[in-house]
Amino acid sequence: MARQQDANIVNSNPHLPGPDTGSFQNPASRNAILFTETPLARRKRLAENMAKGLFLLMTLLIVIPLILIVFYLFYKASPVLSLDFLLTNPARGMRAGGIWAAFLGTIYLVLISLLVSAPIGVLAAVYLNEYARDNWLTRIINLAVVNLAGVPSIVHALFGVGAFVLFARMGRSILAASLTLAIMTLPVIIAATKEALGAVPMAFREACWNVGATRWQTIRRIVLPNSISGILTGIILQVSRAAGETAPIMFTGAVFYKAISEGDIFAYGLFDQCMALSMHLFTISTQVPNVPEAIPYGTAVVLLGTVLLVNLLAIALRVYLRSRKKW
Amino acid sequence: MGNRKKKIEISHLKVSYDQKQALNDISLDIYENEILAIIGPAQSGKTTLLKVINRTIEFVPGAKVEGTVKIDGENVRGMKSVYELRRRIGMVFPLPVGLPLSIYDNVAFAPRTAGMSRRAELDELVEKCLRQAALWDEVKDRLDSLGTRLSGGQQQRLTIARALSHQPEILCLDEFSIAVDPVTTMRIEDVLKELRLQITIILVTNLVQQARRLADRTAFLLNGDLIEIDSNEVIFSGSPANKITYDYVSGIFG
Repeated sequence: MARQQDANIVNSNPHLPGPDTGSFQNPASRNAILFTETPLARRKRLAENMAKGLFLLMTLLIVIPLILIVFYLFYKASPVLSLDFLLTNPARGMRAGGIWAAFLGTIYLVLISLLVSAPIGVLAAVYLNEYARDNWLTRIINLAVVNLAGVPSIVHALFGVGAFVLFARMGRSILAASLTLAIMTLPVIIAATKEALGAVPMAFREACWNVGATRWQTIRRIVLPNSISGILTGIILQVSRAAGETAPIMFTGAVFYKAISEGDIFAYGLFDQCMALSMHLFTISTQVPNVPEAIPYGTAVVLLGTVLLVNLLAIALRVYLRSRKKW
Repeated sequence: MGNRKKKIEISHLKVSYDQKQALNDISLDIYENEILAIIGPAQSGKTTLLKVINRTIEFVPGAKVEGTVKIDGENVRGMKSVYELRRRIGMVFPLPVGLPLSIYDNVAFAPRTAGMSRRAELDELVEKCLRQAALWDEVKDRLDSLGTRLSGGQQQRLTIARALSHQPEILCLDEFSIAVDPVTTMRIEDVLKELRLQITIILVTNLVQQARRLADRTAFLLNGDLIEIDSNEVIFSGSPANKITYDYVSGIFG
């Protein structure tokens, strides 16, 4: 190196190509000498690549079966898939016709159950997270919420039979089934809402209290606007659960077969019994012999499609609200 | 000094968090229109004292308060509206908190919660507070941008503007200069000197020199005990009543 520098000094005009200037002015060739990979660096690089590869593989393992399932369902259902399939009642003992009664029933059940559970769940979570002091009562309530979220849906069904069908004398009806679904989704909505509220930094609340804002003013102006995307996500994810569960509605309001007027979205009343997609899928695949293969698959596609549509709405809403998030 | 009006009277104040004693039997008076500096090392109860005054101590789980704090002769714990009390006191804490609102809304937040809604009045107030906090010139063209996007020092000045926005009678500053550069600190200190003509200022600070520059009187807290409170002439005279005070302000310990 010293010799090169000497050469450069001797060659006083830098524009004249000296014998050594080429290699001297090329830093890349010097770096190559200075930064030869040590064994430790090599091991670190290999471990890094292995870890990355493993995680990618696991991710693909989740996604590939999902895509396969969806394609398989669409393939098998393709003979029946049409708007008519959606808009006509089942016929000839479920062996023909469409799924209108079940489709509309599921929409009724999901909408009514969320109309009940979302306001109660969100408001209860706001109370628990923002107002309640930390004492034995709130601790028991929190524990109950967490445990209720893990209770199997058939247990909720039994509660629904006891509380709504029998005790409240609603009979087996859309109302009783919706309320049972609401009870099932309530704890998860509470938990998700509390999570979203808890993600709002405490310093924001303190700053508000310090200037004399009440708790409610703080919640309305700062806490809720900044947690609304998380809260909505929690609620909308429960749509798929309410739409997919069979057990809670089986004993409380869903029936094997009920004909309703086709294409009329007000065909059900609150105290009617109804069909539901999940239950329909269960019965035609296990209880009814000689159902054409495409019908259960078509039902599954509609159920899946409804849920995916709602989830897409949820994602779009969340992206929109995130873009307005302010810290 | 002796015959001036007492703004805040603190007597026999004891505060503990669960089992840990934060303040042991503190008694001190704060006069109207003075700057009282409170100095002392960490864990000496300075911030706790401020929280007792505006009753945000009630939000700290496990905190227990004994003794009385009176503002204008009225016990703060007996006050009907705690929100009214907090509006009389401006609070600035060491870490800047820009609320996730626009710069304008950050400052207009407190007046709005108090029911002020006329745009012209709010405009005037927002400008006045931002000017007082030495922030107006930097943000006047982007009042609609987010307060949380400001730099740390700017956010701290925004916090000060917010603390002034409800036109408090008492301004408590807890280490306000931690996130602010020295030049801006000097500008805010000038503002404080002006504000003293109208309001009472409590300045909690780790910078002994800041207390010396700014305050009329200085209180020295150590491990929850009030070691000494006296006028700056005495505290920084080289012969305060207490040896520990002398050691602390002259930098022998702490």
